[in-house]
Amino acid sequence: MIRLEKRPQPSRAWTVATPILAVILTMIFGGIMFSLIGTSPFEAIRTIFWDPLFHPQFAAFSRPQLLVKAGPLILIAIGLSIGFRAGIWNIGAEGQYIIGAICGAAAGLALYPMESALILPLMIVAGALGGWAWAMIPALLKVRFGTNEILVSLMLVYVAENLLASVSSGILRNPEGMGFPGSRNLSQWSSSQNLELIPNTGMHLGVLTAFIAVILAYVLLTRHIQGYNIRLTGEAPRAAKFAGVSPARTILFCLGTAGVLAGMAGLFEVTGPAGQVSIDFGSGYGFTAIIVAFLGRLHPVGILLAGLLMALTYIGGELAQLMLGVPGASIQLFQGMLLFFLLGVDVLTNYRVRFGASEVA
Amino acid sequence: MDLGNINPVLLVASLMISATPILLAAIGEMVVEKSGVLNLGVEGMMITGAVIGFIVAINTGSPLLGFVIAAVAGAALSLSFGVLTQIFLSNQVATGLGLTLVGLGLSSLLGKPYEGQKTATLPKLDIPILGDLPVVGRMLFSHDIMVYVSLCLILAVWAFLKFTRAGLILRAVGESHDSAHALGYKVVRVRLLAIMFGGACAGLGGAYLSLVRVPQWTEGMTAGAGWIALAIVVFASWRAGRVLIGAYLFGGISVLQLNLQAAGMTWGVQYLSMSPYLITILVLVFISSNRSRSSHDAPANLGQTFHATR
Repeated sequence: MIRLEKRPQPSRAWTVATPILAVILTMIFGGIMFSLIGTSPFEAIRTIFWDPLFHPQFAAFSRPQLLVKAGPLILIAIGLSIGFRAGIWNIGAEGQYIIGAICGAAAGLALYPMESALILPLMIVAGALGGWAWAMIPALLKVRFGTNEILVSLMLVYVAENLLASVSSGILRNPEGMGFPGSRNLSQWSSSQNLELIPNTGMHLGVLTAFIAVILAYVLLTRHIQGYNIRLTGEAPRAAKFAGVSPARTILFCLGTAGVLAGMAGLFEVTGPAGQVSIDFGSGYGFTAIIVAFLGRLHPVGILLAGLLMALTYIGGELAQLMLGVPGASIQLFQGMLLFFLLGVDVLTNYRVRFGASEVA
Repeated sequence: MDLGNINPVLLVASLMISATPILLAAIGEMVVEKSGVLNLGVEGMMITGAVIGFIVAINTGSPLLGFVIAAVAGAALSLSFGVLTQIFLSNQVATGLGLTLVGLGLSSLLGKPYEGQKTATLPKLDIPILGDLPVVGRMLFSHDIMVYVSLCLILAVWAFLKFTRAGLILRAVGESHDSAHALGYKVVRVRLLAIMFGGACAGLGGAYLSLVRVPQWTEGMTAGAGWIALAIVVFASWRAGRVLIGAYLFGGISVLQLNLQAAGMTWGVQYLSMSPYLITILVLVFISSNRSRSSHDAPANLGQTFHATR
């Protein structure tokens, strides 16, 4: 007879070991999936996890991509993790990311073709505000009416996607683009371009911001009273209330932070790697960031590592599509499996597995 | 724009068609939530049902078999959620999201070779006498069998929860799992069964999309229908009859929206397409603003992990 016994404290060793265990399990079951669709599992796993970094021919090209993809994932996941810690389930980061990109790009394009060093900072602020405002909708509705933030934030993703489709073929469309949807190329306009800070590393302003966010989140959660209040709200909501922590303020803070970070991530994406506001610039970072947040155990340093790993699966996935003809969706399934296994093995962190019949207390 | 082209009889008839997928998914999710489990993976189970149903229907030529297998696939997928949340005691919100991500990935992987293909769809039933009635016949009595199955399901769930002993146990498990456990009911078993029922219903709903409503397979074709089904359960304050009202209301909105697009309303197609989502938000706000009532309606142990210490 196997039974579970709750640990008085989550196990530290398992907190670190479970993500690794989940990755190994995903590799095994992912390998089975790849062999089912007729690809050699060992070759597929090697192409996804090893070749982007060490392949003699492709690595020089794909290594910088690691930071390009990890940047937005980390930035968004940091924001989400703060909310998840407090039990606030913002799953609409994709929407906040899109609206941030639209607002930031609109603020910049309004000044086109002026040249000024202040335009990019202005766009970053506008992007952050756009993401913040979009996140304030579920936040205020939750504070004022107690509306479920999960459903509202998610519904707003679909609204944001429709808005994106509307503006990229409407008011933000490139007047010189011969009628094709999509805005002017922001990465080619010297005032708005978000270039690599160090050549051939993929390190652009967004990645730098992500690293700063990791540090700030670490300080917030471990050294600041607001971070303590957030953790308290998540772990013991009633105790937090008695201690005088305002639930409304926590909700506004958590969703607001997530919105600001996601909005900035969107803006950095359209001024850098994506280059323009178009219908499909998003790549689903807002949803993948949820996996990153959990894989990183909602801890800033963990998220940093998880973001890099997830970026690796993106690049490795593209490489596997190219070299092995693996369908793109299999990578999506692969990432979903990772989250699933992680949540499954998480039981080891909080519970002890006991064998044998239960003793009489 | 010519609003005269919108025929009210056809509008009601197509309303029933467009509401059926959400209705099926929502009634299943309502039973799951009544047992105290919040499964946010409805979207993932729906789209898996959609692709499996479509593949089976194409390969066997039988849409009915497609529905059956889609229900089985939905139940199987939901069982993975059940095992994780009930046996491995994982967080229900996170696991539900994971289920949605897995379902979306799985469905686009499986459905890739079937994009753009056509399948046989369900025939319209010829109900004697009722179907020949002048206006009402066209409106209500000339649909395919799944529309009536979904309506019967609503009735069955209502009767099950209200009149049967098993329904009472299910509600008890959802209201207070510790008390139900102390009385000797198998909390985990009841919840696993409820989760599988929810999965099967979501699978049916998805298959209805790909086999009847569209009928085709396109990647991501559920487009949030699973999430709207979740919202409808809240809207319905966990009552079967109101799930029906909610689903038909949303069916009506999406049909009207499509009709307006078809009637030549060319400006702002995107604004019309976002209306169902905006209206969902508005309805959620309206329901939750009535706070004293809504907090009583939700099952007391909704979303909480059950761990039997003794």
